[in-house]
Amino acid sequence: MTAGAGWETVIGLETHVQLRTRSKMFCGCSSAFGAPPNTNVCPVCLGLPGALPVVNAQAIRLAVRAAFALECRVHTRSIFARKNYFYPDLPKGYQISQFEEPLATGGGVAFPSPERGVVRATIVRLHVEEDAGKSLHDRVPRATAVDLNRSGVPLAEIVTGPDFRSPQEARAYLLALKEILQYAGVSDCDMEKGSLRVDANVSVRRAGATALGTKTEVKNINSFAFVEKALTLERERQVGVLEAGGTVVQETLLFDVRAGAVRPQRTKEESKDYRYFPEPDLPPLVVPGQWLEEERHALPELPAAKRERLTARYGLPAQDAGVLTQVAAVADYFEAVVAAGAEPKPAANWIMGEVLADANKHDGALRVSPAALAQVIALVKAGAVSTQAGKRVFEAVAERGGDPKTVAASLGLVQVTDAGALAGWVDQVLAAQPAEVARYRGGEAKLLAFFVGQVMKASKGKADPKLVPELLKQRLDA
Amino acid sequence: MSHDAIADRLAQAESLHALLTPVVDVRASLATQLAQLPPPARAPLAGLPVVVKDNICTLEYTTSCGSRILEGYRSPYDATAIARLKAAGAVIAGKTNCDEFAMGSSTEHSAYGRTHHPLDPARVPGGSSGGSAALVAAGAVPAGLGSETGGSVRQPAAFCGTVGIKPSYGRVSRYGLVAFGSSLDQIGVFGDTVTRAGQVLSVISGRDPLDSTCMDLDPLRMPEPPRDLAGTVVGIPGEYFPTDLDAGIRRACERVKERLRQLGATLREISLPHTRHAIPTYYIIAPAEASSNLARYDGVRYGPRFGAAADVRQLYRTTRGQGFGPEVRRRILVGTYVLSAGYYEAYYGRAQRMRGLIAQDFRRVFEQGVDVIFTPATPTPAFRAGERMADPVAMYLADIFTVTANLAGLTALTMPIGRVQGLPIGGQLMAPGFEEERMLRAALALERVVSATEEV
Repeated sequence: MTAGAGWETVIGLETHVQLRTRSKMFCGCSSAFGAPPNTNVCPVCLGLPGALPVVNAQAIRLAVRAAFALECRVHTRSIFARKNYFYPDLPKGYQISQFEEPLATGGGVAFPSPERGVVRATIVRLHVEEDAGKSLHDRVPRATAVDLNRSGVPLAEIVTGPDFRSPQEARAYLLALKEILQYAGVSDCDMEKGSLRVDANVSVRRAGATALGTKTEVKNINSFAFVEKALTLERERQVGVLEAGGTVVQETLLFDVRAGAVRPQRTKEESKDYRYFPEPDLPPLVVPGQWLEEERHALPELPAAKRERLTARYGLPAQDAGVLTQVAAVADYFEAVVAAGAEPKPAANWIMGEVLADANKHDGALRVSPAALAQVIALVKAGAVSTQAGKRVFEAVAERGGDPKTVAASLGLVQVTDAGALAGWVDQVLAAQPAEVARYRGGEAKLLAFFVGQVMKASKGKADPKLVPELLKQRLDA
Repeated sequence: MSHDAIADRLAQAESLHALLTPVVDVRASLATQLAQLPPPARAPLAGLPVVVKDNICTLEYTTSCGSRILEGYRSPYDATAIARLKAAGAVIAGKTNCDEFAMGSSTEHSAYGRTHHPLDPARVPGGSSGGSAALVAAGAVPAGLGSETGGSVRQPAAFCGTVGIKPSYGRVSRYGLVAFGSSLDQIGVFGDTVTRAGQVLSVISGRDPLDSTCMDLDPLRMPEPPRDLAGTVVGIPGEYFPTDLDAGIRRACERVKERLRQLGATLREISLPHTRHAIPTYYIIAPAEASSNLARYDGVRYGPRFGAAADVRQLYRTTRGQGFGPEVRRRILVGTYVLSAGYYEAYYGRAQRMRGLIAQDFRRVFEQGVDVIFTPATPTPAFRAGERMADPVAMYLADIFTVTANLAGLTALTMPIGRVQGLPIGGQLMAPGFEEERMLRAALALERVVSATEEV
């Protein structure tokens, strides 16, 4: 499935992220996910006659922080506007959003393009708005049910320029965006819970052309796994249309997961006119200078800066730094392990291996303290336990806690380095294998590995495998 | 007064068709409300019956906005103004008729029938808050609440011969006032006297965390009546005294000007040159906001549905097509049009700029030393029912002297200044935003020297 040669894909993304507030954008109702239908509602988010919106300050603070994280210019004065359209899950018949004067403009996000190296996507604008409710088509037979728990949940809409040249780039950008917003504590960015949603504008043009082709809007891409799939399908479709001599029609398409296809939204042919106008129920949004200061301050080191620092300061390969910084807590953990005395590269290897595997099985929890992991690493480095045994110690500490050295001892995993004890096992093995000893001495040097295995077996794994070969050679070559 | 005494008075006024709540329901509710009055020390309005326009949300009674689309609708909450009235000891004596969603100037555009003028049943009481105005003027209750978008309290107050106050935009919380034109709407007050209206306004005014457009100000304080108006400069705008002004109204206004001079006020001719654009400006901005504000009445969550619908589009079409009356439909269409892509700038954008120029007219004269402005409240006395129903523009012109205060965010009041051939005539005082006390002082002084009922 590749597009015909000679076509360039152009993609821009509009991303909606739910801001991590306790209450909704314009009322005090809980914004929690998963409550029974229509229980987190009040006159304001139900759009009852006479109700009025009041702006949630925390939502504005988080949006400001997001804007800073995305290197945007924050406008101290912005305007709420009504976006008018009829839909059963939109209780007021309009969505309170921002239009001509958004909260922030002109930012950027650097992301690793699989084709072009590090690329900076432009952030055209970031604005705040309220979410709509949900229409449930599978709850009641032959009818649509409406759940308004989500109505009024605060969102930031983040719009990029037409900066992506492939579905893969679009996905890489989204991963970078998600990392940044999670770092900043702005949003969970959990696509599966709908706290990050993406609409894409897609067009294709002849390679080398500068004018943009006619774009379509692809909606309903609700999983990271589907981003590439949906966008690839749409690119192929457009190229197919153009190569057959047709023209692309500007329209909105929905990605259908089950059918694995994009298809036009089922609405009558009509131009979209949202009749935006300034929201008369809300004065202009003026962000106090103090909030700007505080939110700039609340911004932690962001993934790109952290990656750069980890490679520079700890000499880590870029790939390791990339893995370690996907989640801020993991990067912090790495630094704590190093601070507890571990060398950076072994620490990184342990984290990318054992620690993340364990965390994935336990809801992301980092169950072994940085100090304990540093001790495990030290035990392996000193040869007190083998690498294999070290992993067992790690697992045991993760499960039951305890001091790694004591745990290793209690599990009988401490390696024996005592020359006398080692010599005993070596002599025992050589005495038991006269035929193999003869063959070795006859020139079959590769039998050394066999003897090492036998010694390890005899010692029940406790013999230090680094010392055993030398000792064997001394005896056999004597 | 006992609940029976209040209800009996309302029953006597039943022929006006001003009250939408059946008197029997009011009687029952008043008994409960009077039994739960707050302690007298905290109840400046203890036992005062207040009727409330049908577009202000109350826990008692239905809130239907004079529309079929909200027939039987009960609000699960009290508007802020209602909660404050109750806290001050007032009792809510029923909901009053109005033009549907406050769109009209005669209380003829109600789905529940027209209200009659208290002095001549063939005439209109004005509107849109005609029900409250008629009941206060008829002496059935001492006070009432209405709402103002372009004169809907002052104009019916003038037609019926009572006091009507439009507070400055942001003086009274709009929380619980069903929205028509959000940037213009304010809850207003009717009273049998300036003092009564001012007292009720004081109780409902002041900051409200539920309305972001309500100013962060303490409640209004009712001023003492002044001995005279020495030192007060009263502006008389030529634009409000056109050559075709009703002769009786002109005579009544001349008498008021004479009294103002006698009180020691200085009269100054002023000009508000953009006044002639006020009605067209208003009829772009208010319908634009209304088209959006009324989008929520879609039959999905509340209100009647008027029959089965095959799909959601048909549900919208039947609910809104049958639920709204012709005047509301007209304004939704106008508002939708003026906000449409390609027309926004030509209509809404220009109207907003004109609104700024109208406000600037007022700012200029107030900056040049004018304290209050005096004008007639309406160009004619109450007209006959049916007379203007076929001519929307003639109907709109009934608000020509009142819309400017809404567009400019000012405070204004009308008060009876005499009668012509038995019909009340209203005079209007206007003051800068949040200068209610200044305006009320002038009104208190005038009230003592101008007969409300004398023929001129």
